[in-house]
Amino acid sequence: MSTLPFSPDAARGQQSEPTPTPLHAPAPHESGLKHTSGEALYVDDLPSPPGMLAGHLVTSPHAHARILRRDASRARALPGVHAVLFAEDIPGENQVGPVIHDEPLMAEDEVHFQGQTVAVVLAENAALARRAAALVEVEYESLPALLTLKAAVEAGAFLTTPHSIGRGEPDAALAAAPVRLSGECMTGAQDHFYLETQASLAVPGEDGAVHLWSSTQHPSEVQAIVAHVLGTGRHQVVVEVPRMGGGFGGKETQAAPFAALAALGARVTGRPVKVWLNRDQDMAFTGKRHPFWARYSAGLDPSGRLLALEVELFSDGGWSTDLSHAILDRALFHLDNAYFVPALRFTGRVARTNLPSNTAFRGFGGPQGMFVMEEVLNRAAELLGLDPAVVRERNYYGEAPHNLTHYGQAVEGNRLPRIHTELMASSNYARRRAEIEAFNASSRWTKRGIGFQPVKFGISFTTSFLNQAGALVVVYTDGSVQLNHGGTEMGQGLHTKMRAVCAHELGVPTERVRVMNTATDKVPNTSATAASSGSDLNGMAVKQACEVIRERLRPVAGRLLQLERGGELDSIAFAGGRVFLPARPERSVTFAEVVHAAYLAQVSLSATGYYRTPDISYDRVAGRGKPFHYYAFGAAVVEVEVSGLTGEHRVRRVDILHDVGTSLVPSIDRGQVEGAFIQGVGWLTCEEVLFDAKGRLVTHSPDTYKIPAVGDAPEDFRVALLERAPQDSSIHGSKAVGEPPFMLAIGAVTALRHAVAAFGPPRTPVDLASPATPEAILRAVEMARAAGASPNGPA
Amino acid sequence: MERLRFFLNDKPVEETGLSPTTTLLRYLRDRVHLTGTKEGCAEGDCGACTVVVLEQDSQGTPALRSVNSCLVLLPMVQGKRVYTVEALKEGGKYHVVQETLARELGSQCGYCTPGITMAMLEACHRRDMDEPWKLDAQMCGNLCRCTGYRPIREAAGQVAGLRPQDRFARALAETRPEPMALAYEAGAQRFFTPGSLDALWDVLDKHPDARFVMGGTDLSLEVTKRYAEPPLLVSLEALPELHVLEPRAGGHRLGATAWLTDLEDYARVACRPLERMLRYFGSRQIKNRATLGGNLCTASPIGDMAPVLISLGAEAVLRSRAGERRMPLEDFFQGYRRTALGRGEVLACVDVPAQPEGARATAYKVSKRRELDISAVSAGFRVVVDGEGKVTEARLAYGGMAATPARARRTEAALVGQPWTEATLEAAVARLDEDFKPLSDHRGSAWYRAQVAKNLLRGFFHETLSTPVPRLAEGHSATVQVR
Repeated sequence: MSTLPFSPDAARGQQSEPTPTPLHAPAPHESGLKHTSGEALYVDDLPSPPGMLAGHLVTSPHAHARILRRDASRARALPGVHAVLFAEDIPGENQVGPVIHDEPLMAEDEVHFQGQTVAVVLAENAALARRAAALVEVEYESLPALLTLKAAVEAGAFLTTPHSIGRGEPDAALAAAPVRLSGECMTGAQDHFYLETQASLAVPGEDGAVHLWSSTQHPSEVQAIVAHVLGTGRHQVVVEVPRMGGGFGGKETQAAPFAALAALGARVTGRPVKVWLNRDQDMAFTGKRHPFWARYSAGLDPSGRLLALEVELFSDGGWSTDLSHAILDRALFHLDNAYFVPALRFTGRVARTNLPSNTAFRGFGGPQGMFVMEEVLNRAAELLGLDPAVVRERNYYGEAPHNLTHYGQAVEGNRLPRIHTELMASSNYARRRAEIEAFNASSRWTKRGIGFQPVKFGISFTTSFLNQAGALVVVYTDGSVQLNHGGTEMGQGLHTKMRAVCAHELGVPTERVRVMNTATDKVPNTSATAASSGSDLNGMAVKQACEVIRERLRPVAGRLLQLERGGELDSIAFAGGRVFLPARPERSVTFAEVVHAAYLAQVSLSATGYYRTPDISYDRVAGRGKPFHYYAFGAAVVEVEVSGLTGEHRVRRVDILHDVGTSLVPSIDRGQVEGAFIQGVGWLTCEEVLFDAKGRLVTHSPDTYKIPAVGDAPEDFRVALLERAPQDSSIHGSKAVGEPPFMLAIGAVTALRHAVAAFGPPRTPVDLASPATPEAILRAVEMARAAGASPNGPA
Repeated sequence: MERLRFFLNDKPVEETGLSPTTTLLRYLRDRVHLTGTKEGCAEGDCGACTVVVLEQDSQGTPALRSVNSCLVLLPMVQGKRVYTVEALKEGGKYHVVQETLARELGSQCGYCTPGITMAMLEACHRRDMDEPWKLDAQMCGNLCRCTGYRPIREAAGQVAGLRPQDRFARALAETRPEPMALAYEAGAQRFFTPGSLDALWDVLDKHPDARFVMGGTDLSLEVTKRYAEPPLLVSLEALPELHVLEPRAGGHRLGATAWLTDLEDYARVACRPLERMLRYFGSRQIKNRATLGGNLCTASPIGDMAPVLISLGAEAVLRSRAGERRMPLEDFFQGYRRTALGRGEVLACVDVPAQPEGARATAYKVSKRRELDISAVSAGFRVVVDGEGKVTEARLAYGGMAATPARARRTEAALVGQPWTEATLEAAVARLDEDFKPLSDHRGSAWYRAQVAKNLLRGFFHETLSTPVPRLAEGHSATVQVR
C-alpha cells in the first residue's frame, strides 16, 4: 500500500505545525466497531412498531401469461389477515417505472416474468402472510415467452431504438486494414448479492403521510414513487435510510417497488407494514447486471494498433426498461476503454425478455462495453503473437488529436502512460511473464498466465442534471455537529469520508461529528448514490455548508480572540477543535466556545450546502459532448494458474495501481479497489445466473449462485494508490473510486487466456466463454489442445 | 413436559411452547431481539448468522464451535451455551476480535460482519490455526460481498490462536456442557434426544417412521426453505457409542455421529485421503454441525464422503435392537436418496480397513467454486500395485456421476492385472463412458462431468508417479495439482 498520499491542502498551508485533520489520512470505517458488535442497525433490525404487519408478495409463476381471474376471498377469511391488495386497490397510479413508465407495481391483466407481483398480503406475522398468500387464487393463461437475449433479438423484441456513436469512415477503414478480426462475445448477468436483502418499513402518519425506512440507494426516488402510488404530494412522504447491507446498484431503482408496497399496505390498513424479501425471493424478483451480446469487426495494423472498429451491442433489459437506456449508453461510452480508435461505429440496443428487469450494477454497462474491446485486443495479440500488454500500450489515448474520444470529449490528464510504466516495474511484469513461459514449457497439466489490464472510466452521471447534491450541517451550542448529506451509506465508506470533510472544514475532531441517517426531509431532491459520485458531489455540498457556518463564526471568533485588525479575520484557523490565528497559536479558544458565543450573539448555527458539477453536457442525439467531469484511471496485473484436468484456476497474485487523485481516506479507497476487483473476478469467473426453460431462476440462492469466497481472493494481493496525483476541481483533490476498479478484473480473463493458450501450439486462438467457470475453461483447454499436438500434452 | 433449556450469552434460558423446528436464528431475532445476528440466506451458505456454541466435541472435550444459527433447531442446543455477537463486548470494551477486524477495515457494509466476527472468535480460541490455508478453511463459510477478503484474512491471521482470557476462555475452563436427553413437544411437533441406545430403540418401536437428525445441515433446509413442520425428529446426539473415532484392526472406526470437524482432525493424522476430501467438504460452520452419518444417510449422489470411503473399502455398520449387521459401503446406497437402513435401524459407524501394502489412495472434489460448494464431480481412488508394478486391486468411486455414489467397475476391471502405466490408464479411462452416463445441470454439463471424471483419474496416476509410495503428497488441496 502507498504511504500517505501527497496532500495539496498541506502544501498550501504556511504554518509550521501540521494541521490536525482527518483528511488524507487512513481511518477505520465510521461504523466499523458497530458492525463487529452487531450494534449497527439495518432496516430489519429496527424495533418493530406496535401493530406492525408483515407484507408478503403473491407473484407470477409464469414468465408470460394473461391473468384470467383473481380471488383472494379465502386468504382474506383467514384470521389475522388484514388485507390482500391488488392493482385496483392502489389509490394513486399503478406505476413504479423510474424513467420510462412501463412498470406497474402490481400486474393488472398480464404478467411478464416469473416473480412479478400480482398481489400483496398483509397479516399479523410473516408465517401467516405466507400461508394466506398460498390461498390467493390467480388463474393464468400461459403466453409465449422470450427467455434469452438472442431469442429476443431474433424475435425483434426491443425496449429501445438503436443508438449509435461514431467517428470517421469505419467501413472504408475496415476494408483497408491489413489485419482483420471479427466475431462475437457475450457477458453474463450478475446478481448483486448484497448481504442484506431488500427491506422496507412503512409507518402511517397523519393526513395520509407515511414515514419509510428503506434500504435504498435512492431515497428521493422512493419518496417520489411512493407519493405517486399513494396519490399524494411528496411532502407527505419521508424516506429514511439508516444504512444498507450492500447495494452495488441493486438498490438504486429496485428498492422502490417494495417500499411502495409497504407504504400502500400502511395506507390501507393504518398499521405499520414491513416488506422484507428473503434471499430466494430477492434473487428471483429483482434484476441483475445486464447480459450483453456483441458482434464486432476490427481492423488493425501488424503492430496491433487499432485502425477501425465496428461494434453492435445488444443488452438484455428484462421485462421493463428500468435504467437500461443509460446503462447501454455507458456501455457505448466505455467501449473504447483507454484506447484511441481513428474510425469507429458503436451501436447498441436493449432487448426485451420475459425475465426480471435488469438494472444498475457497479460499472453500469461500462464493464460490458470494455469487455468487448479487451476481447478484441486479446484476440489481436493472440493472432499477431504479441504480448497483450504491448498491444494495449500501443493503443492508448495520446496527444491531440489522438486524445479525443468517440463522443468528442478530450481525455485530459491521462495518467495511464505513467501508471503503465510504474506498474510494469513494480509488478515485475516482464520477468514474471518470462518465468511463466518457462514454467509452462515444463508443466504438462498446469499452466500459468499473466494479464495486464488498464482502465479509464468517466466520472459523472451521463444524465447531466443528476450531477447535483445537497447537505445540511447543524451545529449545536456545545460544539457538536450533526451532518446530513444526500448520499447513502452502503458500506462504501461515504459517511467516513463526509465526516472527514466536515471535521476538516470546521476544525473539530471526527468524534464531534455524527453522520445522520439519510432522510428526504433533511436533504431534499437528491440523486441516487450511484455512478461513483457519492463523495464528489456530496463532499462538495458538505464543504460548502461548513464554509457558510465557518464564515459566520469568524467575526465571533475575532471578538473572542480580541483581534484588532479586520483583515486578520480571514486568517483565523479552525483546527483540532480550536480556533486561533496561525501566527499566534498560543492564544486560542475552543470551537465550542466560539459556537456558544455565536448563539448568544444570535448567529445561525445551521446551514445547507449545494453543489452541481460544472461544465458538463451531452447531446445524446448527436452523440457528442462532455458527459464526464473527469476520468479515473487504474491498471492491474493478474497472474493465474489453470488446471488442465478440471478447468479450475487460482489467482496467484494481483498487483493494482489505481488513481484516486489525492485520496480523502486512503484506507477506505483501498477497500473499494480490492472489493471492486474481487467482485469483478466473480462476474467473470464463478458467478453464473441461470434460468430454466420456463424462465424460472435456477440460481436463486448461494447454494447454486457462487460469489467469490475467501479462498478465491489472490494469494498475494498488492494494491497501491497512485501518488502525487491531485485532481483539479474535485473535493480536496480526490477522485471517485466505487466503480472503476471493478473493470480491472478483466485482466484475469487475459491471464486465463494466456494460460489456456499454453495448452496448445504457439498462437493458439483461445475461445473462452464468460463467465470463465471451470467448465468454460476446460472446454477452452480442450479446444486449445485440439488445435495442435502440444509437445507436452497428451496425444 | 420438558422445557428447552440452554444458556444464551451466559444467561440461563427456559422456553416452552415454541415449535421444536424454530431455528436458533429466528429465536434470536424474533423472540429475544438480539438483532446482531443476521439472516443472509437461511441455508448455511453465507455465514451471516454465525454464532458460537460451547459444547462437547466428539471426544467429550468442551469446545467453542461456530455454527450457522439458521440451521440449528432450538432443541439441538439443549444444555449448551450459545454465544451471539452481542456477547463479545465486555464491560463496555470491545473484544480483540472486534477491534482487530474494525482496525483492518474488515467490514464495509457490515452485514456479514457479525458472522465473520463469530467465525474469527472461534479461530481466536483454536490452537491449530498455524497456516494460511487453515485460516481460509476457517473463514470460507462467511461470504463478504464488499471487501474482497484481504483485510478479513489479515485480521483473522492476527487473532487466530490468541486465546485471550475472555468470558469464552472462562466458560471453556469452568463449564461442562454435556449432551442432554430430551423429550420435547409443542403443538403437533415432537423432538426426542434419547440418552441411551435402549431409549432410542424404545422411541423407534413406538415411532418407526421417526426421522433422525444430527446437525440439521440438510434437514433444516426443509424448514427454512420449504416451511416444513416435521412432526417428529429424533436426535442421536446424546449417544456416545456413535461418536467414536478410533483406530481399529489397523484401520479406523468412524462413528456416524462424530462431527466432521473432529473427523477432519482425526483424519489429518490417520487417513489422509479422507482429510483431503474434508478440506473442501464445506465450511467450518457446516463441518462443526454435519456428521459422517448424516452425509451418508441422505444418500445424495453428490454426498462427498461416500466416494472416498468406498474407495478405501469401508464397511457400513448398522445397528438395531436386534443387533449389528455390516455391508460394503457401496451396497448401503440402494438408489437415489435410498439406503439399506431398515425400520428401527441406525447407521452406527463406518469401518475403514487397514490399507494393503502398495496401496495408493486419494480423493478429489471439483465444483464451480473451490470452497463451500456442492460437487460437480467427486472421486475417491485406491489402487494397489504389487512389487512388479502390476495393479492387483482398483477401487474407483465417484460422486455426481450417477443416481448414487458408485464404483466405476468396468474401468476398475481394465486396470486390474495390468502394469500401472499411462498406457494402461488411458485404456481404462476409455471405459468410464461405459460406467457412467452423467446428467447436465447448473453445476456442470454431462460433457464436463464425463471429462473431469476421466481427467481426475489421469491426475491420480500422475500424482502417484510424482510422489513416494504409498502415500500421496502432503498438502491441503483436494484439486489436482500435478504438473
